[in-house]
Formats: sequence, structure tokens, C-alpha cells
Amino acid sequence: MSFIRKPNIAYKGQRTNALGLSMRDYEGGMSTLCAGCGHDSITSALVQAFFELDIEPHRVAKLSGIGCSSKTPAYFLSTAHGINTVHGRMPAVATGANAAARDLYYIGVSGDGDSLSIGLGQFAHAMRRNLHMLYLIENNGVYGLTKGQFSASADLGTKAKKGEVNEQPPIDPVKAALAFGGSFVARAFSGDKDQLLPLLKAGLKHKGFAMIDVLSPCVTFNDHEDSTKSYAHTRQFYHPAVHTDFIPPAEAITINYAEGDVVTVELHDGSKLVLCKVQPSYDPHDRAAALSYLEKSEAKGEIVTGLLYIDENRSTMHAVNNSAVKPLREIPYEDLNPGAAKLVELQSRYR
Amino acid sequence: MSDETQSRVNDFVIKLANVNGTGSASANSLLMKSIFRMGIPVMGKNYFPSNIQGLPTWYEVRVTRDGHTARSGNVDLMVAINAQTYTQDLAEVSAGGYLLYDSTWQRSRELKRDDVTVIGVPLAGLCNEKFQGARARILMKNVCYVGVLAALLDIDLDVIRTLLEETFASKVELVKSNLEAIELGYDYAREHFDCPLPFHVEPMDKTAGHVMIDGNTAAALGCVYAGATVGAWYPITPSTSLMDAFKVFCHRFRVDPDTGENNFCIIQAEDELAAIGMVMGAGWNGARAFTPTSGPGISLMNEFIGFGYFAEIPAVLFDVQRVGPSTGMPTRTQQCDLMSCAYASHGDTRHVLLFPADPAECFESAVTAFDLAERLQTPVFVMSDLDIGMNDWMVPELTWDDGYQPDRGKVLNKEELEQAETFYRYLDVDGDGICYRSYPGVHPKGAYFLRGSGHNDKGQYTEDAGEYRDLVDRLRRKWNTAKELVPGPVISGSSNRLGVISMGSCDGAVREAIAQFERKGVSLDYMRLRAFPFSETVRRFIDDHEQLYVVEQNRDAQLRTLLINELEPDVAKLVSMLHYSGLPINCRFIIEAIEASLDKGVAA
Repeated sequence: MSFIRKPNIAYKGQRTNALGLSMRDYEGGMSTLCAGCGHDSITSALVQAFFELDIEPHRVAKLSGIGCSSKTPAYFLSTAHGINTVHGRMPAVATGANAAARDLYYIGVSGDGDSLSIGLGQFAHAMRRNLHMLYLIENNGVYGLTKGQFSASADLGTKAKKGEVNEQPPIDPVKAALAFGGSFVARAFSGDKDQLLPLLKAGLKHKGFAMIDVLSPCVTFNDHEDSTKSYAHTRQFYHPAVHTDFIPPAEAITINYAEGDVVTVELHDGSKLVLCKVQPSYDPHDRAAALSYLEKSEAKGEIVTGLLYIDENRSTMHAVNNSAVKPLREIPYEDLNPGAAKLVELQSRYR
Repeated sequence: MSDETQSRVNDFVIKLANVNGTGSASANSLLMKSIFRMGIPVMGKNYFPSNIQGLPTWYEVRVTRDGHTARSGNVDLMVAINAQTYTQDLAEVSAGGYLLYDSTWQRSRELKRDDVTVIGVPLAGLCNEKFQGARARILMKNVCYVGVLAALLDIDLDVIRTLLEETFASKVELVKSNLEAIELGYDYAREHFDCPLPFHVEPMDKTAGHVMIDGNTAAALGCVYAGATVGAWYPITPSTSLMDAFKVFCHRFRVDPDTGENNFCIIQAEDELAAIGMVMGAGWNGARAFTPTSGPGISLMNEFIGFGYFAEIPAVLFDVQRVGPSTGMPTRTQQCDLMSCAYASHGDTRHVLLFPADPAECFESAVTAFDLAERLQTPVFVMSDLDIGMNDWMVPELTWDDGYQPDRGKVLNKEELEQAETFYRYLDVDGDGICYRSYPGVHPKGAYFLRGSGHNDKGQYTEDAGEYRDLVDRLRRKWNTAKELVPGPVISGSSNRLGVISMGSCDGAVREAIAQFERKGVSLDYMRLRAFPFSETVRRFIDDHEQLYVVEQNRDAQLRTLLINELEPDVAKLVSMLHYSGLPINCRFIIEAIEASLDKGVAA
């Protein structure tokens, strides 16, 4: 995770957003991941998403746990605070950070090792609380930093680079998220930016816990033949069930969609998601149907992707807590301290 | 009245043996509070099982006109309500003492002691006749013995009545039935025994300006007054009531009057691993955040504690210590987490610990802990224990200085960041080992990537040998800065050869023992430690004495170990006095241990 700063050079014809910032203003340090790593594609999509949403970079808080995926917050938004926590416990840190200041954008980048083994409990409970954040699992089915052990998302029968066959069923973060009460559950593929980009935007604007499981092949330890998390395998069995278009609040829906296959979801900030379904009967508001669809597709060997479930009205942690709209850390001390007189009054009950 | 009898007025111990889940706690607290309301100092200790209903539980009330805060080690009147523990309870009564039992059922003839006066009152019989319903009869039996004690000890019935009226303000029926039970016992005792007993109470005026409060409640109040806004926790005995109290106080003091919104966020985490993670997140993000826990929770939190130390995140942990190791005895007290907190987590770590000695100091320590955590940008532990945390102690009324402003430490705000040429998170600009920090979201120039992995003074990842050493050496420098920032020791006596070193809930028993030695012509100096790391004053005190008794409540002499490890004194002069039964330390234990040591010294 060495830090190599990229020069921020302006060039002619550079695109700028509503804040007058260029894409470069949304980048971070140079990636030290392996060349071709899926994670770098996700980083680049994130840069574009923040840029296109006109989000002030420093109003984002980036969080991660431990692992290759968890290094990536250093590679985007270099003017945003980042925190690289301990293994599997990023959700807790995100929860506390969010409790302190609810007005920032929170993005957590995790991996299958970080979220589905040591961090499974925290991953579940962050969803249960419907913590307001975008949570990415950069999923490659393998432990990279310790050189190629299976992770909990490794598919049954998949082969490790050294030939070992995985005999245990995988934990699917999408099915887990549906079961744990996730309010925004999606799957994407690092190799399909067209699908990933609107999902990232939608996730950032979703009020609640937006979980995106992004299949992100490990070129060094899990991109061989007989691996079910390779680029080739993912491309072959990849099955977009729902395509998402993200429409910012001020814009009108201009694309013509086939009648009946489209669901429009309005988010709390006024932006709209147009969900275009490959299977017309698919209802992304129906949790049970989503689970059933996933099971059936899995039996056929299909890797279902897209925004598979959304509940834009579930109460968030702050709503349940009735927390002040004003970030807690900004409330003046004078308003937090009851004062000496109240202490005297209170103590009559202890006499 | 003879001198001896007079000497026992307002100076004796009542111990009550009950079955848990029968409402005895309320009856016993009524008893203690009545005596307190009569202006007489009291000490109350609850020895309860880790169980909901059916196991033995004891409550000890020490009536102490001199205002002692610890157990004496004697029992003058045993209220033996629990047949299951009768033999044990009878054996515990001091010679010349009394035992009160429920004579509805006869006790075996063998259960007798010639030096103990046994008083039988048919509590169950009286209550069964008077009250209807099994639950009411059980509850009233307890209230009834309070009536008996009121007669035996001369407790003012008006005081009891007032207390009952306050307790059941909205339930007139309950006031009536409770009073009936009191009178039932009172009248029976007056009719059948010589009342009052030689030891009894007489009104005093020594409780004015005092309250009876437990340490967890006081610590929670401290969190409110310190301006803590985020509390994350996982329930664990004996710390649970701290967050329960914080919640109550927040609902009272922290709900915005205009919007009705909460100016606080309390999160019941899925476990201690998450609770401390939440505190780290909130601390990193600029809120005062804390977690209350106990030993097993500290064990679980270790990884994040090291993270907080290395990445320099303010956090406050309340360790309400209970008996370890492992699950240990969850409802018994000990000071057994000193080592595990002082050096918590892997790698070279050192943490600031505060040692409150009573609930009033829990209140103060809470505030100090937040100031220190933010000043030093590190986790700070308030080392309370079950005895302080869960028992009601008589302490001077808590006071607050409205001029207090929280010390938020070195934080650059938006304007300062705007003007700064550069900002590097871990650059020690003024040599105290403490660097400036910035909150997320405030200014782009304040951004840095915080990590628990190797980092240099710019906050960048490093595996460079020199940069790593620079970092940990600076943390050592910060530790040295901390030594003079933390509360110093409280020292009494001067220029003596002998002394005592102790901390926390040992304090009351130590002070009482020292006073008794003083009366016998043996002078002992006393240094009560209030914090770790130890300051120069602590070193000097040790250097200046020939022999020091280190009194603490654990098996392995953890405080002595800390002193030896940090100060490298002549170890032979630190003599351990270790109390680790799970019950709070008592004065007699210390006296006997020191006497034994002194005798040995004379023999040699």
C-alpha cells in the first residue's frame, strides 16, 4: 500500500463537472495492485461516479478493512479522509463514524475475505441497522495477500491455482444481504462498467445500506481455467437480470423503455432509478421473489447481476434512533451539558 | 448506658442473607436509605449471584458514624432469611452478635452458637395471615423484617414512611401494604424483645451534603457532562447499568426541546468487537465516544485498542472489573484487569488508566478520561469495578463547574486548514509527541489516510525501518507527556519509613486501617494512585520509603507488577497485600496482613 502520488495535470478538453472539478480531482494514489486486477476497474468506476454526481471529494469518508480490496480507498479521492481499519470490522467503524456525523457520504470497500468470514457478523448487523452507506464487496473468491487460499465465497467445485478443489458451498453475499434485511442489494462485475457505474451512483444516493457484490477477478491467484471467479467464467455465465439507469434529480427520463419491463424508483434526494428487467415479471421490491430467482438461476449456473432488491423506505439507523438532523459532532458543548443547577436538582433522588 | 454499649451506637454491621428474585434488594435498600436519612453514614454492599431467581444473595449494611466506606470484616446482626445458607450465616456472626431468623419453621437444634443471641420472628406466618397471594406474601416477608429491624435498631418509622411514599408515589395501595408489613414486624419485635438492641441507631447530622449513588450511574452522568454523544456497547455484567443510566440521562437532558430530536446516539452493538469499533469510528470522526464493558469485553476489544493506540484515535473505555479469568464470577468484584488494560493488544502498546476510588470519582474520571483521550489522541480506560460500579456509596454530592470547557486537543478546524500550507497528520511540531489531527469532511487539505499499518509522519504507508522507529519513539514521547497530564497520586503522611500504595476501591479500607494503626502508634504513609502512567511523584514516594505495602484486589499483584515494570524500584521493598475472594476488600484483612508483616520484621 505504498503511496505514489499521481501528478494532477490539466489537459486540453478535460471534462469538468458542476463543481468545476475534473476526473483527476477524484483520483487517489497510484494503485499497487497487480496489473489487470478487477479492483482497479471498480476504483476507476468509483472515480467516475463521484465525479458525475458532483460530490465534493472531501465530503466523502472512505472506509475499509483488511485485504487487497481494502487497500483501494487509497486509490480514489485523495482529498477525502480514509480509514483502513482492522480485519472484518469496517462496518462497526462506519457505524460509529456515521453516528458522529451523518451528513457525509460513507463508502466502505471490503472483500469476500473481509466481509464473509471474520466480518460476516458486522456485515449482517450493519444491514440490520440499515446504516446509511455504500458498501462494496470486491469479490474474487480467494485470499490474495496470503497467496491463494479459498475464501468463503469460493464456489463448490472451483479449483485453486495449485489444483485443490473447493468442497464447501459458498456464502453468497447477495443472498445473505437479502436474508439480513439489506435495503439495496445488487451484484455487478468489474468487467462491465456500463452496469456498475449506475449501480454505484444509485448506491451512493440510496438512503440506507447499499450493498453491491462486485465480482472482481484476481488475476494472480484465481483467473485460471477451472476457476469460477475468472474473467472468462464470469463473462460466460454472467446474466444481467436488471439493468439500472441512474437519473439525477433535475433530469428527465429520455430513453424509451419497452412497456412492462420497467420499474422506476424515486430515491429520497429526488433522483430516479429506472430498472429495466430482462425478465418482465421480476419485481425488485419483492425480497422472496429475488431469493427464489437467485436460487433458480444459480441451479442453471447463471451469475445473476443487477439491482436485485431495493426498499427505499426502510428506516435508517438515525431514523430509528431519532438522532438530530444536525451532525452530533457539530452540536455545541453548551447544548450537550445540562449545567451545574441541573446536577443539584437531579441528585435529590439519591438522598 | 455502659461505655461499651454507647461505643456501639451507630457503629455496627447488619448482614442480610436472602434468596435472589424475592424482592429483598428493595427491602434492603429501604433499610439502608432509612438509616442514611437519619443522618447516619452507611455503607451498603450487595453480593448477588449470576442468576435471576433462587440462588443465595447477601446484602451488607455497615452503619458507620465515622463515615468509613469499606467493610469492617465483622457481622453484628445477621438477618438469616435463607434457610439454604443458614449454617454458613450463623458461623459468620461475630462473637456477641445477633441472628434474626424466620421462626415460622424451626431450625435444627444443632444450629446454635452460645456466643450469638438468636431472635426468632415468624415472618412468613405473620405475612401469610395478613396478605393474600403468593408473590405478595414473599415480598412482604422482606418488608416485614425491615419493620422488625426498625424496632430492634430504633429506626425512625416516619423516615421509612416517607421513603415508601416517595418510592411508590403513584401507587397508594403499595404504600399502604408496605407500611402494614413494616408495622407487623415492628409491633411483633416490640412485644417480644427488649428493644432496642445494645447497638442501634441514633439520629446524627453527618449525611448532609451527601448522596447515595453507584459508580455506574455517576460515570454515566460524567459522560453526559463531558459532552459525550456516541455510546456503543454490548451488555455485560457489571457494566450494563452504566449505559442504562446514560440512556435515562440522555432522554432527560439531551432531547432537543425545539425539535424533539436526540442529541446523542446510543448503539447496542452485536458484540464488544463492534462496540469498540463504533467508538473508534466516532472518535475518528470528531465525536466524544465511549464504551462500558468488563474484563471479557476488554479481551475481545484488544485488536481495536491497539489500532486506536497506533493510529491515535481518542476513545474512552469503562472497565467495570469483575472476577476473572474467563467468565470467572460475573457478579463478584476484583481489580484484575490492570495488566490486560495497561498493555492491551499485540505489539508495543501502553495505555492510560484512571483509578476512581468511589462513585464521585467515577463522575470526575469520566470527564477527565474524555479530556485525556482527546488531548493524547489515544484510548483511555476508566478502571472501575463491580464494588464501585454497582453498589450505592455515600459520597459528597457531585458538583459541576459551569466554567468547564472540554479539552478537544490538537484539532485543526476549517479556517486553520485553509490557511495551512501543508498538513501532515503525524508530524510532531512541538515535541510533546502529540500531532495535530483533522476531522473528516472539514477541508480537503485535512484529508489523510489513517491506517493501522506502518505509516510515516505524513500518514503514508511505510515499511521503512527508520520511519517505523521514528513513529514508535514518538508514541513513547507522547507516553512521557502523559505522565504529567494524568491525575497525580494522593499522598498522606510524610517522612515515614513505612507506607501503603493502593488504588481504586481499596481506598476506604486502606484509610481505615491506617487510622487504626495510627491509634496504636504505628504511622503509615499512604499513596493512592489515581492513574497510569506513573508520574515522578510516584517514583519519589517509592524511593523515599523503606517498606511499602501494595494493597490490591487480585491474585497476581498486578499493580505491584506495573510499578516494578515502569519504575524499576528496589522490588524487595514492595510487599504485596492481596485480596481476591470476589468480595470487596475489608479493613480487617489489611490490618491483619500488615500486622503479620510487622511481626515478621520484628522477629527478623
